[in-house]
Amino acid sequence: MEFDPVLLARIQFAFTVSFHIIFPSFTIGLAAYIATLEVLWITTGREHFHRIARFFTKIFAVSFGMGVVSGIVLSYQFGTNWSRFSHVVGNVVGPMIGYEVLTAFFLEATFLGIMLFGWNRVPKGLHVFASIAVAAGTSLSAFWILSANSWMQTPAGHEVIDGIAYPVDWLAAIFNPSFPYRFMHMVTACYLTTALVVLAIGARYVYAGKYPQDGRTMMRMAIGLIAILAPIQAYIGDAHGLNTLQHQPAKIAAVEANWGGHPPGAGVPLVLFAIPNEKTESNDFEIAIPHLGSLILTHSWTDDFASLKDFPPQDRPPLLVPFFAFRIMVGLGVLMIALGWVGAFLLWRRRLFETDWYVWPTQFVWPVGFITVLSGWFVTEVGRQPWVATGILRTADAISPVEGWAVFVTLVLFVIVYGIVFSGGIYYINRLIVRGPTGASIEPPDDGLPSQPLSGARQAARAAIQQPGE
Amino acid sequence: MISLGMEYYLPVIWALLLAVAIALYVILDGFDLGIGILFPFARSEVEKDQMMNSVAPFWDGNETWLILGGGGLLVAFPLAYSILMPALYLPVIFMLLALVFRGVAFEFRHVADTSRFLWNVAFAGGSTLAAFFQGVLLGGFVQGMKVENNAFAGGPLDWATPFALICGLGVTAGYALIGAVWLILKTDGAAQARARAHARWLLPLVLVFMGIVSLWTPIAFPRIADRWFSLPNLYYLAPIPLVTLLLAGFVWRWLERGHEHLPFLGVIGLFLLGYIGIGVSIFPHLVPPVLTVWQTAAAPASQVFMLIGTVFMLPLILGYVGFVYWTFRGKVRAGEGYH
Repeated sequence: MEFDPVLLARIQFAFTVSFHIIFPSFTIGLAAYIATLEVLWITTGREHFHRIARFFTKIFAVSFGMGVVSGIVLSYQFGTNWSRFSHVVGNVVGPMIGYEVLTAFFLEATFLGIMLFGWNRVPKGLHVFASIAVAAGTSLSAFWILSANSWMQTPAGHEVIDGIAYPVDWLAAIFNPSFPYRFMHMVTACYLTTALVVLAIGARYVYAGKYPQDGRTMMRMAIGLIAILAPIQAYIGDAHGLNTLQHQPAKIAAVEANWGGHPPGAGVPLVLFAIPNEKTESNDFEIAIPHLGSLILTHSWTDDFASLKDFPPQDRPPLLVPFFAFRIMVGLGVLMIALGWVGAFLLWRRRLFETDWYVWPTQFVWPVGFITVLSGWFVTEVGRQPWVATGILRTADAISPVEGWAVFVTLVLFVIVYGIVFSGGIYYINRLIVRGPTGASIEPPDDGLPSQPLSGARQAARAAIQQPGE
Repeated sequence: MISLGMEYYLPVIWALLLAVAIALYVILDGFDLGIGILFPFARSEVEKDQMMNSVAPFWDGNETWLILGGGGLLVAFPLAYSILMPALYLPVIFMLLALVFRGVAFEFRHVADTSRFLWNVAFAGGSTLAAFFQGVLLGGFVQGMKVENNAFAGGPLDWATPFALICGLGVTAGYALIGAVWLILKTDGAAQARARAHARWLLPLVLVFMGIVSLWTPIAFPRIADRWFSLPNLYYLAPIPLVTLLLAGFVWRWLERGHEHLPFLGVIGLFLLGYIGIGVSIFPHLVPPVLTVWQTAAAPASQVFMLIGTVFMLPLILGYVGFVYWTFRGKVRAGEGYH
């Protein structure tokens, strides 16, 4: 059996980094949410904010643990699997990762101890401070790692001598051309991902008539955030796309499946759906809206932009992944805007918690943010190919001198171990959700007197319906 | 020649900083992992809770020093990082996977009910394997690797020598010992008595392993024999093994007399002495036996940029790490957790 070390190393990294990003996407937003709840708790004195904060802290602990252990793996994989990458760009990328460890990892990992175990050990104010420190740590971590990733996409502030990159201007390297857009896009994505999970958990409680007060607060806060952030995210995404067109035109050509050849003045159509064919250099099946591609990417009716044929085949990214992942991302983004706005409308009409056609399906939206984030990363990472650091080092030249079978063995182990850990994580987080928020001042649970007559009536009706089947 | 001076001192400063980070990792996560190694010997779930709770607020921060070790190597010595990691490919990844099980076991075990035993196994197995492979990495590093054209040129199993495996067992015993003396410090009652009993047989075992490695390295590696036994080095270096033996004698006495703090401090001292011994054997090589800290250093601009941040951040980090240890000071008693 012949092992292709480049392909195996790429699959392995794609697997481990995709697995990892699931957790930060959730915990970056969740840390900020918990800190917000705690600030609300000490400023308003309302105990249910405290209860919800404690509830989410338990979920945070499980998720954060999985993020930490899968993140450490990455900091070593740059060397184990991509040693040429480390050697060639280590002078520039290394310090960014170093600053991430020093400013972010220690902050979050250390104050996590107080956040999880300090409820009865430290004064309220200090606990709030610890939660804010953890939230700040997660955001700082995003700052540095996205700076490093953006530098790989759009390198700046460096010079290449004998094939090795050296820093020239640190500010230009850190704040490289795509960094502000990528950072805003990702942090907003994290907040949306968290809000969707909070929304789904809240909807689950509201629909089941369990922990109604907490479930309502969760839904209210989540809908408010989604209604505001989802459209802003669309705007940031558009700006990020324009930035990519300027600095990585081949990626946009792949995302748009744009093979060029448009007559002058016709503009570029927007391909809604197609099956791009790399062999015939055309789309086999295409639904497109004339001019819209030009309108979105050049903000004019007729301007052209780079097509795939402007790049030699060896400099083009693979087409299918960026093309389809982009459409999944945008489609789910539109769904988020709809979810936020419809929810906000129902909230405004004071009908939200009684509207079953909204509340029932909303219980299942928790994976939407994760799928969107992963799709976005697949667009940008596969779209960067064939480069690992654009214009400096090709992915195929970045790998370690490790034999294919060793990469294969570790890949299999990663899949098994992460499969076990992921299943365990989902199982235990679900268990925490089933146990629900508990606390010193919790009002009687579902079998006690419900605080809202309507949900009590519905709950009774539901119990009556379910009786025969159980 | 100011720039030449900088190019000489910067890699040395960074080698020292990295050595400090890795020493902190070995001590701090050493007792976390040691508790995992001793986990199967606990008699009850209550005792297991007590053991785990004694490190629960700290383990995550402790493990961060490992990221600083790996990250720091990439930052300051990218060439060394790009040779050592492929050379030690399998043990690095085995260690990381073991740490995955150890890490998630903290949170999963706490939430688990009937499946708790699974995470007991994951915690003990993950900790033991992580400790073992860290020792193997140490052995693989000390014995050196084949390098051609600034890249690793050996096979995936080159590290698997009897020496590296002995180092693996030695580090496992060492972590178990520091875990035991940590438990003497942090627990009481039955858990503490059992930890004391473990420490009594682990201490001689660790000394035996230290002895084996101290004899094996100069015999197998002439470069190490030269370092220790050439004159006048012998006069300067002879105190290291002598002080080690003396301190081990004290630790034994402190254990006998029921001290709670001194055994822990004494074992940290033993760890540091062993660590200094290895440093003496290796320095200035970072990719033994070929490349030195100077040959593998990052560009001075990168080392300086990172050094500035480190000078400001490291005291701050040590400050708040200390604060968290102070917050959770005192004994963890049976049936009482932080949760």
